[in-house]
Amino acid sequence: MLHLNILNHHVLSVAIWLPILAGIVVLLLGSDNKAAFTRWLALAGSLAAFFATLPLYTKYDFSKGAFQFEEMVQWIPSFNINYHLGVDGIAVPLILLTSFTTVIVVIAAWEVITKNIAQYMAAFLIMSGLMIGVFSALDGILYYVFWEAMLIPMFLVIGIWGGVNRVYATIKFFLYTLLGSLLMLVAFIFLFHKTGSFEVTDYYQLPLSLNEQILIFMAFFMAFAVKIPMWPVHTWLPDAHVEAPTGGSVVLAAIMLKLGGYSFLRFAMPIAPDAAHYLSGFMITLSLIAIVYIALVALVQKDMKKLIAYSSISHMGFVTLGFFIFSQLGLEGAIVQMISHGFISAAMFLCVGVLYDRMHSRQIADYGGVVNTMPIFAAFMVLFAMANSGLPGTSGFVGEFMVILAAVKYNFWVAFLAATTLIFGAAYTLWMVKRVFYGDVANPKVAELKDLNRREFLILAVLALMVIGFGVYPKLITDFTHVSAMQWLDHMAISKLPVAGL
Amino acid sequence: MTLPQISILIVLLPLVAAAVVGLFGRKLPRAAAHWLTIGAVGAAFGLSAYVLSATLNGYTFNGNLYTWLNSSLGAGGDIQFNVGFLIDNLSAMMMVVVTFVSLMVHIYTIGYMAEDPGYSRFFSYISLFTFSMLMLVMSNNFMQLFFGWEAVGLVSYLLIGFWYTRPTAIYANLKAFLVNRVGDFGFLLGIGMVLYYFGSLDYASVFQAAPVLAGTQVNIIPNVPWSLMTVTCILLFIGAMGKSAQVPLHVWLPDSMEGPTPISALIHAATMVTAGIFMVARMSPLFELSTTALSFVMIIGAITALFMGFLGIIQNDIKRVVAYSTLSQLGYMTVALGASAYSVAIFHLMTHAFFKALLFLAAGSVIMGMHHDQDIRNMGNLKKYMPVTWITSLVGSLALIGTPFFAGFYSKDSIIEAAKFSNIPGSGFAYFAVLAGVFVTAFYSFRLYFLVFHGKEKWREVKHDAHHDDHGHHHGLTPQDDPHEPGWVVKLPLILLAIPSLVIGYIAIEPMLFGSFFKDAIMVDAVSHPAMEHLSHHYHEILHSPAGMALHGVLTLPFLLAVSGVTLAWFFYMKRPDVPAGLRERFNTIYQILENKYGFDSFNERVFAGGARWIGNKLWQIGDVQLIDGAMVNGTARLVGRISGIIRQLQSGLIYHYAFAMIIGVFLFLTFFIKIN
Repeated sequence: MLHLNILNHHVLSVAIWLPILAGIVVLLLGSDNKAAFTRWLALAGSLAAFFATLPLYTKYDFSKGAFQFEEMVQWIPSFNINYHLGVDGIAVPLILLTSFTTVIVVIAAWEVITKNIAQYMAAFLIMSGLMIGVFSALDGILYYVFWEAMLIPMFLVIGIWGGVNRVYATIKFFLYTLLGSLLMLVAFIFLFHKTGSFEVTDYYQLPLSLNEQILIFMAFFMAFAVKIPMWPVHTWLPDAHVEAPTGGSVVLAAIMLKLGGYSFLRFAMPIAPDAAHYLSGFMITLSLIAIVYIALVALVQKDMKKLIAYSSISHMGFVTLGFFIFSQLGLEGAIVQMISHGFISAAMFLCVGVLYDRMHSRQIADYGGVVNTMPIFAAFMVLFAMANSGLPGTSGFVGEFMVILAAVKYNFWVAFLAATTLIFGAAYTLWMVKRVFYGDVANPKVAELKDLNRREFLILAVLALMVIGFGVYPKLITDFTHVSAMQWLDHMAISKLPVAGL
Repeated sequence: MTLPQISILIVLLPLVAAAVVGLFGRKLPRAAAHWLTIGAVGAAFGLSAYVLSATLNGYTFNGNLYTWLNSSLGAGGDIQFNVGFLIDNLSAMMMVVVTFVSLMVHIYTIGYMAEDPGYSRFFSYISLFTFSMLMLVMSNNFMQLFFGWEAVGLVSYLLIGFWYTRPTAIYANLKAFLVNRVGDFGFLLGIGMVLYYFGSLDYASVFQAAPVLAGTQVNIIPNVPWSLMTVTCILLFIGAMGKSAQVPLHVWLPDSMEGPTPISALIHAATMVTAGIFMVARMSPLFELSTTALSFVMIIGAITALFMGFLGIIQNDIKRVVAYSTLSQLGYMTVALGASAYSVAIFHLMTHAFFKALLFLAAGSVIMGMHHDQDIRNMGNLKKYMPVTWITSLVGSLALIGTPFFAGFYSKDSIIEAAKFSNIPGSGFAYFAVLAGVFVTAFYSFRLYFLVFHGKEKWREVKHDAHHDDHGHHHGLTPQDDPHEPGWVVKLPLILLAIPSLVIGYIAIEPMLFGSFFKDAIMVDAVSHPAMEHLSHHYHEILHSPAGMALHGVLTLPFLLAVSGVTLAWFFYMKRPDVPAGLRERFNTIYQILENKYGFDSFNERVFAGGARWIGNKLWQIGDVQLIDGAMVNGTARLVGRISGIIRQLQSGLIYHYAFAMIIGVFLFLTFFIKIN
């Protein structure tokens, strides 16, 4: 009975620590000598961790916007640091996406990773738990610990299983993130000074002058903008993607970028709402640059992974745009975009992985006419490419549609620039599809390609179902976000500036 | 079963068939691929006909299937995005046309694609297309309209690139998709305007609110007030310009002929390209509130109708002639929309769907007979070898040029009259364009007809290696070969399409234009835009009946123009073939302009495609690589390196140095914290 109690009352703790525990078990028991056992063990762990997050869906109270599944234990009483967890409708879909993606990554690595299998699998399992920790921490320090800790497995994944220039990519990634994170820590210490607590909810109530708010906002901004990434702090991402192994790219694109987006909603904006309003023009400008500038850069990429990486940055522009126009439709659109991009970018990177495993090249010029030898794979790729281009009926459409519609109300020209994604997004994605997949078989290597095996088919089919499912019935996501987004906007509408004269 | 249930069945049958054939096509026998999809589309056609009979009896339906999502634009208003159906005479008629032409094309495909390795894939695509098009026409809201709109674009992309190894095909499909996306860009912004100002995307609530908002001004450019309706309608119409291939977004349609001929008939002639026309007609309660927008619509349509017709004259690929004629006819429909004669536009849409599908399928039959040679200069005297194709082509051509009693006559003549009666700015030019267009249409149609079906059997003269179609494949007849007419699966659709091409105009003109057929679906402000009123008056006072209209038509200018066009074509291509060659020499400049299609393609290729790549490269190489990475990131790294080089000197390796440094550090920290507290 005690056992059941833990599952019922500590859903979030289980969601965080089960994959970490599973990762440690895999690390201890698995080895390259027992490759099959290690893989199955990792799969079992990731599946268990995925099922452990399902109560967040089944037991979620959709009528409430406040934090649910809260857990609170004192951690370091002398500094009033608590182990405080809780999620709202913004966090839950992201947590489910995380545990889901981990299963996909484990299956995707099956025959591809042949060296240090246990370490690879463990890195992803542990990373999954830590990222869920980021999504559910309501204490600044706890959040910060998860935030920093999660980077370590990612550095290792890129640094050990990565490509030729992995060291440059890892260092660039590290430098970018470190700079931002340190400023975030400074912000937390400042807030601790003001409130004597690291409770996020205390920060929400804290009145702050506009200058203080701007400084706090900018400190958080440095951390989160790098992670999303926003222009101009985005250049680490294409390099990191190119060097990362497929699984690393998938987690990076599907989840890690969303940590930045989520954290804007959880920390930067509600703690400094007046600054968020004050700086919204600046943030929207950066978002639009991401959407337009980055899309044009994506158009001329020669490396498929770089192209998809730039495409990710461009798509994440819709997330930040949706945040800073302060409308329910835009905000929900941004969240839907985050979830949808999780599936689509994962699928796109897995597709590149499928090709890379066979040809050991990511250069578009090395391909041509792949559809002739891999017709089933090509069908999947066209579907995901269409989703990436925002075709209605796929999840890629929903978020962009909502954000663009909301932007029309904010300012027609903002919507105008954002809507160019319809043209540019289709241009860079489908032009790549044309050059890689269509045409005559380009060279003998392409001629020898074998179509998807059952494992690859399974992964892509599951992702295809998700992409279409959420495209046809996105209410599954907005049911979560609806009330929480409403409350978030209500909070954002109230100024935190100290009332003059007091 | 109730009407909503039937409606669901109508859209789901083709979808399920497409999914089954698409997913399991490789494992199913070929016959299963076509029987499944034909069964589904056939049933959809039958049910659509039943729905039409129900709506004719006054039964309409407007309701939602499920809520896609709900959100809010603030100020307490809740917005629902729904998936639902609006079934009235307009959508029911479109459903019947779409499913009927689709059914014909399905049957025809059995013959046309018989030897193609992508047989089941093709059937899956056209069934998917049928589903998408039905979702578009049956929608009761803008969101689902946009879904159908883009979904037909997707299938069009897949089908133009159906032969994916051909460089021209995969160029054309990308081009088609992107040009359509340019239109959709405007369309989406239009939808955004609708949602913002009307607070809903459901047709019913939008149309209801429209008159109230008619006077609203918007400041899209600060301090420059524009009418909300004008802005919204023009943005929506930009979408229509993409899908219905109006100048300057027409450039994708001629290239789309790279796809297999059955889909040229279904998608790029009869149904998908008319989606824009349908959309504007559906939005008549909005367009009626902006004469400026209507004027814009009319002028764009008139330019398309006339100038695209000119291009048809110099084409030698049989499909491209028909394609330019489609462009021109779409221009006609657009002119009718601009004249507020929405019902006339829809009427022409319907008659055109039949005779243009017929002409395309007949062209396909000719192509099969000629062993995939598409150059009309290699044909001639095919009437002897392909009698069914010949007769049905003649019927289609006569309908197209507006011969009295044929379907096209009633719709086209009404468009010309509507343009004449219209009083909005630009209607004078439009009237001239559609009149001149009649001559041009007649000329290129019968140029094609005479060159293909009459005259000498030119393939017997030509050296075999001299002719290629534009696919560069090994094609064509050898001089000894006789062309053969394909089997019944090809001939039957031709005959079944020839029948409505003959009679549908006669039957439908009274109810559709002058009766109450569209009274719930289409709204016309007869005071501001009286063209339709005049047209109706003219009909009732002078013409009295369809037969009267046809008899009267013989004496009018359009008929004279058509006859002279046919005569000129006969003179040039039957009697004196040396004359056109001489004209081409003499007017070489004009010929070159036409040959270059007015330069749209090279302009787009150079300025838009090339420009985007150029900017992209500059942003990447200068912005990302040099400025951000070079100066900022690596610059910082270098700076750190330099500083650490200095600091490295401090690392002496002597313990007391470190200890000293630590003590200083602790001292500084303490000072810092004491200061703060």
